[in-house]
This record gives sequence, structure tokens and C-alpha cells, in this order.
Amino acid sequence: MKPIELEKVQKALDSYLNKEVYVHLETTNGAYANHLDANAYTVGAYIRNAKVTYKQAKIIGDGNSYRVGLKMELGWIYAEGLTDWTIYQENQLLLAGHDREGRLMVALEVSETPFKQ
Amino acid sequence: MEKHVVVIFPHPDDEAFGASGSIAQFREEGVPVTYLCGTLGQMGRNMGSPTFANRESLPEIRKKELKRACETLDMELKMLGYRDKTIEFEDKQEVADHLRGYLEEIKPSLVITHYPGYAVHPDHNALGAAAIQAVEDMKPEDRPKIWAQAFSNGHEEDLGSPDVINNVHDTFDKKLQTILSHDSQVAGMFGWYKQLDELEEEMKNELIENQAMERFYLWDFEKNSSN
Repeated sequence: MKPIELEKVQKALDSYLNKEVYVHLETTNGAYANHLDANAYTVGAYIRNAKVTYKQAKIIGDGNSYRVGLKMELGWIYAEGLTDWTIYQENQLLLAGHDREGRLMVALEVSETPFKQ
Repeated sequence: MEKHVVVIFPHPDDEAFGASGSIAQFREEGVPVTYLCGTLGQMGRNMGSPTFANRESLPEIRKKELKRACETLDMELKMLGYRDKTIEFEDKQEVADHLRGYLEEIKPSLVITHYPGYAVHPDHNALGAAAIQAVEDMKPEDRPKIWAQAFSNGHEEDLGSPDVINNVHDTFDKKLQTILSHDSQVAGMFGWYKQLDELEEEMKNELIENQAMERFYLWDFEKNSSN
């Protein structure tokens, strides 16, 4: 992946407007967070292949870290802390936030075809 | 001497850190070893250092790394096809039956797996529990021994000292090579293993010692009977 280029990502997000798409949304601080530091909490969530349609999309950020909001008929999809992006296998937009060690902390991915289970 | 050893862990690299020194010792004795690897570690957060994987490319990358690790250890590999982080939500008996199918075919004398409840990651605990269930479901005279690995903080307070403490200094080179096969995962505190030879003696020795003893509990079927 490469550092987020705002205009290109905005264009990619817009390419899925009003289409039925599959979303992968995830955040994690690792299964060992509490094992390695008793004061830390092990927290994570992911949803894979949620089938949604969004009618408005925006990426906003300061050049290092970005937020994305996707507005749907009945609600929102939101991710914060995104740093990198790529188009994977031609039709999958992958966005992710990595820590300074390169570990994934958050991911938001959109595709017109389901992600591999 | 063991007849055949089956290793049951959920993630590519669990075998490397947990048991590869012991596996290498078994192979040197000519004992066949089969690894039943539960998942492809699809949800790992390490993407290489510097980053070269992404969430979607990670499974294939880790599959290649796993195959390389198994080639290094000259160990047979069977991939079970579960998804990272989800094993505890599968039907436990179904997973146990799946595993028992392999055990009845391979007829190992020893199974190595995680100690349920004391292995930190929910996948470790769940697959360890299913593996033990699988062996318990076998006729007592057909059951292999089980070495269960525990590493949660404070596990010795509950479990006492491990029954098997394998000194793997003699196969450490193989162990290191196996760890380094999992290139995408060797980051953070494990990243040092990539540059072991460039480190100062004291730190190098500490890192080696951290991995030079492999500890297991011999599963006591009577004491732990869930039935």
C-alpha cells in the first residue's frame, strides 16, 4: 500500500456511489494487547462482506491520517486513522491505518464483488 | 521413540515460536511430523516490516510462508481451512470430529496443541480444546499422548511447572530459520531475530534463550475429564 492520495481516493470512493458494494471494516489492537500490557485492553471488531449502498462519500484528513464517512440511506459507515491505500485486483479499494511498526490498526475496504471469505 | 507426531495449532507461525525446536528434534530422530494448521492467519495485523502485505493479500502470503516453514522442518502440512479469529464460534464437536478424522488416519503417538484457557489467543484456546476433545473421543487404548502448551501470564500458578521442558539449543538454527520463514509476521519484538548476528552478544544470547526452551504440559485425561 502507499500513503493516501486524497484526490485519488475520493475519486475511487465516488466510483462506487449508488452501487451495491461489499464492505470490509475492521479495527484491532492485536489479540495480545492485554497479554503484553496488563493495563491495555484487547479490543477489535470486524465486519466482512457487508452488502451496502452509499449515496455520498468523503475522505478528510491532515496529510498523515484520514477519516472516511460513507452516507447510506439508513446510516453511516465511518473509519478513522487511515494512512495508506491501494487498488487491489483492479476493483477493490483498500484503505488502512498502520502504526509506526507497520501493523494494521484499522481498515476500510470497498469492492463491487465479495471479498474472499 | 515416538511413532508419529501431530501438531495442532491455529496460525501459521504458532508452530515456529511454540514447537519448531522440538519438531526439528523429532525429525532428526526420523519421527514423522504432521502439522494440522487451523487457519491462514487472515486477520493478523502484522503486514511485514516494512509493510508489504495488505488485508487481502495476507492469506496467500502467509500460506506460502507456512509451506516454506514446513519444508524447513521437513514436516507434512494439512491446512484445515478455518478463518482466523473465528474458531471459538464454530461448533466445538464439529471441529473435534474434523480433527479426529486426521488422528484416526495418522494414528500419532503424540499430539502437540495449546492448553485450553491458558494460551492467550481465543483461537489457541478453542482449537486446543477441540484437539483434546478429539483425543478424548477416541477409545482410551487408541489415544495419543498430548503435550499442551500454556503461556498466559501466571499460568504456572494454576498449572504448576511444565512436565516437558525441551532444550532445543541443538536445533536452534532450524527454529530460527522456521521463524524467519514467516517473514510477514517477524516484526516488532520478533524483528530482532532477523538480525541476530549483528546484535551484541548479551542481547543475542537473551533472544536465543527466550526461544531455546519449549515447554509443554502432559495432558492428564483423568484429572481434566470434562465428562
